[in-house]
Amino acid sequence: MTHPVERRLIGLLGSEGIERDPRGLPRAIPASADALAMVCQLAHDEGWRFRLEGRGGWLAPDAPADFALSTRGLTRIVSVSPADLVATVEAGATLDGIRAQLAHHRLWLALDPPGRPDRSIGSVAATGTTGPLRHGFGPVRDHVLGCTVCTGEGRLVGSGGRVVKNVAGYDLSKLHLGGFGGFGVITELHLRLRAEPAVDVTLMARGGRHELVTAGLLIAQARIAAVALELLGPGLAAAPEWTLLARVTGTPEGVEAETRRLAGESGVAWERLASDKAATLWSLVARAPLEGLVVIRLGGLLDGLDDLIDLVMAELGPGLISAGVGTGALRWAGDATAEALHTLRRLAAEREVPVTLERGPWQLRRAVGHFGAYREGVSVLVERLRESFDPGRVIAVTLEGEVGSGR
Amino acid sequence: MTGDLVAALGRIVGPRWVRSRPAELATYAADGLPTHESLPGVVVLPGSRAEVAAVLRLLHLLRLPFVARGAGTGLSGGALAGSGAVLVTLTRMNRILRIWPERRRAVVEPGVINARLSEAVARHGLHYVPDPSSQTACTIGGNVAENAGGPHCLKYGVTTNHITALEVLLSDGTAVSLGSPMGEPWGPDLVGLFVGSEGMFGVAVEITVRLEPIPRQVRTLSADFLALRDASEAVSAIIASGIVPAALEMMDQSCIRAVEASIYATGARTDAAAVLLVELDGSPEAVAADGALVEGLLRGHGAREVAGATEPSARARLWQGRKKAFGALGRIAPDLVVQDAVVPRSVLPVILDRIAAIRDAHGLQISNVFHAGDGNLHPCISFDRRNTGEAARVQQASREIMEACLAAGGSITGEHGVGSDKIAYMPQAFDAPSLEQMCRVRLAFDPEARANPGKVFPVHACREWRLGKTA
Repeated sequence: MTHPVERRLIGLLGSEGIERDPRGLPRAIPASADALAMVCQLAHDEGWRFRLEGRGGWLAPDAPADFALSTRGLTRIVSVSPADLVATVEAGATLDGIRAQLAHHRLWLALDPPGRPDRSIGSVAATGTTGPLRHGFGPVRDHVLGCTVCTGEGRLVGSGGRVVKNVAGYDLSKLHLGGFGGFGVITELHLRLRAEPAVDVTLMARGGRHELVTAGLLIAQARIAAVALELLGPGLAAAPEWTLLARVTGTPEGVEAETRRLAGESGVAWERLASDKAATLWSLVARAPLEGLVVIRLGGLLDGLDDLIDLVMAELGPGLISAGVGTGALRWAGDATAEALHTLRRLAAEREVPVTLERGPWQLRRAVGHFGAYREGVSVLVERLRESFDPGRVIAVTLEGEVGSGR
Repeated sequence: MTGDLVAALGRIVGPRWVRSRPAELATYAADGLPTHESLPGVVVLPGSRAEVAAVLRLLHLLRLPFVARGAGTGLSGGALAGSGAVLVTLTRMNRILRIWPERRRAVVEPGVINARLSEAVARHGLHYVPDPSSQTACTIGGNVAENAGGPHCLKYGVTTNHITALEVLLSDGTAVSLGSPMGEPWGPDLVGLFVGSEGMFGVAVEITVRLEPIPRQVRTLSADFLALRDASEAVSAIIASGIVPAALEMMDQSCIRAVEASIYATGARTDAAAVLLVELDGSPEAVAADGALVEGLLRGHGAREVAGATEPSARARLWQGRKKAFGALGRIAPDLVVQDAVVPRSVLPVILDRIAAIRDAHGLQISNVFHAGDGNLHPCISFDRRNTGEAARVQQASREIMEACLAAGGSITGEHGVGSDKIAYMPQAFDAPSLEQMCRVRLAFDPEARANPGKVFPVHACREWRLGKTA
């Protein structure tokens, strides 16, 4: 029997634009931004709620909603401009699809977020998830020049553009990058690219955590131009000890000099990995968080990483840990209760460290929210901003969680 | 403005820090944009965060608009206040509150002068990267409002990439803390949203900035070209090569001649159509390797002479012409409009030709000194504002330049902001739903639209704003 919501969606998108998700919920798969806008407008007009998904791996697949809205029909790589190092892609385009297209032009999107290679770029942007390359190339916001977003009312709104420098109007894209869909559905992104490096070398050191953190800090202090400096817990690296990975890219002369310097400055022994082994290890770093039911990230302090790892392990257990020694960004994956996450958030806040829930079952997201309670005054601002983008609250997302929201 | 208001402000900040006489107000009638002037109703100079909060609470009670202002070096008329508004000048709030070398962070008040911050942290081997041309005068607070750039933003990013946390006072005086020391947002990225909001969301009273290590080695290359197109094609070739210079700047012949006729003369040959400055930084080996590649690209695209330097004093000589260009352009005419627009880097050759055609069509002198690596143009139009016909041609030429940049897929501003100057171009840059959403976002921060009113958006774009005013 056709679901009444499904009937209306079929009327809008045709039967080819609708399917059922594994829970039997209608899933709308619009094939264009305009079609997606019509779906949002219909939801707004009817008072329906939808859960947002890309490829279904990262945003909550079990959020209660009247239907699911997927961006997997928006897969076009709209343009690649090698001369400008800019690409425009639709939100449902997959990372591996984008990478393959860029490789034809010897271009590189220097983002290595956790997840499967077929993760959608929209999901990466909406969750603000970066990987080890954050050390050299910054968070997601540094890779996005502009975006188009569909509001909860079905209006397509643009900000930024295709040029590398742009201050015309407010930078609304910042709200959407890491906004978990709370301010609208990203439909298109303008990405900043880099040329493929001529040489790409990964070095590995193993040892005690404190020793490796110290080595990483020495490397950072020595101004060695690594693009990643990632500490892996024994669970993630499947090794008895902790692992430190350093990645250096650039010209042959520059990379050789930096890898020599790295060995000299850090006081630990390094193994230079063959390129296939390095690729396997970085792939492991990306995929490992999917083994946990819950994935969180913490914005740690440069001089407090050791302490922060102690805190996380004490509150949540060893889990699967990776941490940027030069950025303070820490990701933990495993299983955790809402109570444990509340406690961790409170203790981390005392250290000025935010804890963001990147992934987890809906019940947990509802209980603790992606961000938890905001600091004083911020909650009102966020509520007003959400109201301005999605007055009908058609997008099922819980940013603050039950404790923070008061709803 | 009434005497009561002046007295009330005086009770908060002390009478000597309130300006209300016409001659005093005239000091604040313009910023760095010579085509727009407006006398504020009253000027108040708070000296602390508590005083700013008290001033904002008072203005909230009185429902009065206000404009926050730093050093007034902006180039978009963004810090102008009308006669019904209070200008809140933040230059007294110039303390560096904390330097955290181990975290590579500093916390500053908004009135700290940009260059002073780098001087203060240099002893830790660190610097603050965004370096607008006005960096010896402009303030970090103003940089935050406009999301300021500068030559070295090509590799390291603009102001938004270097601000990790803000203490903000909203227009009713409410304090909110945004961001975290290391930059991971505490919730949605409200720091990213606030930076570049042109003073329309509130007043940043404490700013946490990212500091970067001073590079181990820096090499500056200067190349002159006999054809402007060759120089701009060399820029495109360098960008496409994958090398990311720390800076990649260009000056055209008009600029070179102005500099060489001034006390800032560098000995550059005035028959050159353009000079490119390329700065590379990093490890000595990487700089040497990249330097050789860049030099080859420069020569391959027709560079007549390529000079290079790594010593600070020699590098400073190569930079002198670029750094002093705006001052030297003052020799050409009494007034100078420094325009700001961005194009995709691959169309630089085309757009420079188009600007030359606009210059010739309007009989104006336009000099180009700009951030070529970012595609961020600064056509500088020399004129005399007393000549009303010429001033009108300047406006028309500016409009045509903006339209050409938009048509090429660019933007109407790369680092100066929209302010008062470019409101008219916003409907060309954004469609109606996008403008309306920006207005809604502004009202989320400032429901009465009292912070820096009348900037950035044409009023007709803000339906909610109009409804709010009439409600």
